[in-house]
Amino acid sequence: MEIPYTVAERPDTGLNNGKIAIWLFLASEVMLFGALFASYLMLRMGAAPGAWPRGDSILNVPLATVNTVVLITSSVTMVMAWASLKRNDFGKFRLYQALTVLAGFGFLGIKYVEYSTKFHHGLFPSTNTFLAIYFTLTGLHGLHVIGGMAVNAYLWGPGSKLWKTSPEHFTNRVENSGLFWHFVDLVWIFLFPILYLL
Amino acid sequence: MATKAAPAHHEAAHDHAEHPHPGFWRQYVFSVDHKVIGIQYAVTGLLFLLFGFCLIMLMRWQLAFPGRALPWLGQLLGEARMPGGSMLPEFYNELGAMHGTIMVFLGVVPLAVGGFGNFVLPLQIGAPDMAFPRINMASYWSYFLGGITMLASFFVPGGAAQSGWTSYAPLAVIAGQGQTIWLLGMVLLITSSLLGSINFIVTTVQLRAPGLTWFRLPFFVWAQLVTSFLLLLAFPPLEAAGIMQLMDRVAGSSFFMPSGLVVSGQQVAYTGGGNPLLWQHLFWFLAHPEVYVLILPAFGIVAEVIANNTRKPVFGYKMMVYAVWFLGFMSFIVWAHHMFFTGMGTTMAAFFQTTTMIISIPSVVLLSSLLLSLWGGSIRFNAPMLFALAFLPMFGIGGLTGLPLGLSAADIPLHDTYYVIGHFHYVVAPGTLFALFAGIYYWFPKATGRKMNDFLGKLHFWPSLIFMNGIFMPMFIQGLAGVSRRLYDGGASYDFAQDVIHWNVFMSMSAWGLGLSQIPFIINFFRSIKHGEKVGDNPWDATTLEWAAPSPPPHGNFITEPSVHRGPYEYSVPGHPSDFTPQFLSAQKAG
Ligand code: HEM
Ligand SMILES: [Cu+2]
Repeated sequence: MEIPYTVAERPDTGLNNGKIAIWLFLASEVMLFGALFASYLMLRMGAAPGAWPRGDSILNVPLATVNTVVLITSSVTMVMAWASLKRNDFGKFRLYQALTVLAGFGFLGIKYVEYSTKFHHGLFPSTNTFLAIYFTLTGLHGLHVIGGMAVNAYLWGPGSKLWKTSPEHFTNRVENSGLFWHFVDLVWIFLFPILYLL
Repeated sequence: MATKAAPAHHEAAHDHAEHPHPGFWRQYVFSVDHKVIGIQYAVTGLLFLLFGFCLIMLMRWQLAFPGRALPWLGQLLGEARMPGGSMLPEFYNELGAMHGTIMVFLGVVPLAVGGFGNFVLPLQIGAPDMAFPRINMASYWSYFLGGITMLASFFVPGGAAQSGWTSYAPLAVIAGQGQTIWLLGMVLLITSSLLGSINFIVTTVQLRAPGLTWFRLPFFVWAQLVTSFLLLLAFPPLEAAGIMQLMDRVAGSSFFMPSGLVVSGQQVAYTGGGNPLLWQHLFWFLAHPEVYVLILPAFGIVAEVIANNTRKPVFGYKMMVYAVWFLGFMSFIVWAHHMFFTGMGTTMAAFFQTTTMIISIPSVVLLSSLLLSLWGGSIRFNAPMLFALAFLPMFGIGGLTGLPLGLSAADIPLHDTYYVIGHFHYVVAPGTLFALFAGIYYWFPKATGRKMNDFLGKLHFWPSLIFMNGIFMPMFIQGLAGVSRRLYDGGASYDFAQDVIHWNVFMSMSAWGLGLSQIPFIINFFRSIKHGEKVGDNPWDATTLEWAAPSPPPHGNFITEPSVHRGPYEYSVPGHPSDFTPQFLSAQKAG
């Protein structure tokens, strides 16, 4: 039994199954992070005057700036990976995909440094509500980075066998994982100013 | 008639099913077939419904006879829960919280969406399976693990969650271990519903059979589609809230902990600065759409059963479709009607009162359409139809009693009383549950190739109807007298409750009677699998696509890919030789 439209597009909807699924998934992710951002707003507005610290008085802005650049770069390499497949250049795909995963490691490495200095200075989620939402938001975002890296690494390695049997299907997969990766990037673009700068 | 059981079909089906021949585990346990997964969901859901019902039957003992020792069973549950056979308040709270959680998240939704959605939806749209069969399997197993986690929480030190199915902070944050397990269980359940809802939407959009245009979809499919959107978009905020509550409990943060909180005369060890109302907002942002998740699939089932047994198209099909979408959309902006009591300003209250009144309109459209569908029909009073018919007035009572709750001035005295319990139980218990029973009797022949016994079905229906009302009607009386919900002694220690307290015994007796009334159903269910009357593809002379497949359908569902030629409910079409014209009958054959 074959499930229709796993690869080809359905003529009247103009989409394949995976494409709709990834957009629906991202919609639910928007609700997840949206709820956390809304919570941030409500907590900050409800805080006693002067009780809410400015992000840059506690957090390391230069490191986070570097991290922003790292993530944006990885989004670019992700697109290049997908575009290489479109141009039938599997070798280039492997290269760019590897760079994307490596950038993920870079991001997590910097995040690790940030977290450990915070812990070192006795700053924990229990310290105040600002740090609580900081650790929760960045932690959840970090989990998403790890998830995206896992998928990307899989598509770089064992998952890439599909290229030989069904290049179009494989390209779709890379495109969808790319959409997720861009979303993770986008979340960070919101997190950075809200937590670090404001 | 091409639609009657054709033996040739079955032989062909057999060959087809035999083809890849998966082993036992692949075929029945880790199956990727939507029908097997649907049945797994339905059976697990039914077992959880029974378990959740047992919890409440136990609780009703304490409410009817506060403090009295429960013979035999009381001893069995042990000294930590029922010393000397009489119930401890902590155990009472466990029972209450877990009853709500289990009924909503592990019983009704898995049966209504996971069970009926999985089994019926792909068949009704003429698809070979769900769009992502393996994700479908993952969804079931994630639900299963979530269920096991919830059950396991009864055995951790301090017992299961005790802060109500709503888990309000700060109470839930300072509660025992069981609450942490509850949160972990919820994460698994939310994951399951995320995987399921994406699958349902993609399947409906992509895998409709040729000719099955949007307005030829059976209403059941529309109801499931809107439900899936609600699950997809409303659950993540609860997940966010759950993560924050976990952080509060495990990492000591103060998302929901206000400054200077004193518990039992002692300041709690939290830095504070958080907001307990934040939890309520996030919880109800999910939980109001969730109540529509509980009711929309029920409407879907009832529409199918009523059309089939009145031998008429449902009244106002298109209007119902618009109503169900409007309902789904509006359900995201009414949540704070659960929070009128929290001291929100009048502007906020006015907004949420208005949206609540507006959302009642599509509910009324749906109910009235189904009611008007009965007009002039030649009704067949079989077991599924009786349950579907009873759904209408029962939902009606539930919905009407909701209106006063939606108005702040009336809600403030009624909030957190038995009136609210009566309101929503009318909607979900004699409402949704009856619809689900209707669905079981109606689609059982498709799943097994055999009908359930109609007499036993009626023996199940009539006492259930009487006892349901016996349980829930007096709740309005008690609630209007001011008796609060969640009272360990059912109000015995309150002066103002004395006039209505005697109803507790009556309600408990009715609850136990309702338990006994399920025996004919259980017997019928198991007996019919082996010994029910054998039926063909289309035993109810129905019009929708699932009846084009063999009963039970093989892996891949249809022998030849079905195509659709007309709307879903062409019953009693003038000039047509029989009183039903199936969607899958080609134009020439229909004459
Ligand atoms: C049709 C119009 C409806 C209106 C106007 C309405 C209104 C309300 C309001 C205002 C409350 C809050 C009462 C309070 O806590 O003081 C409430 C509670 C509730 N309603 Fe409805 N409702 C409606 C339909 C439904 C439906 C269809 C369901 C679904 C199954 C439902 C399930 C619930 C539940 C579960 C609660 C109580 C939750 C709790 O506090 O534990 N309602 N309703
Ligand atoms: Cu509500």
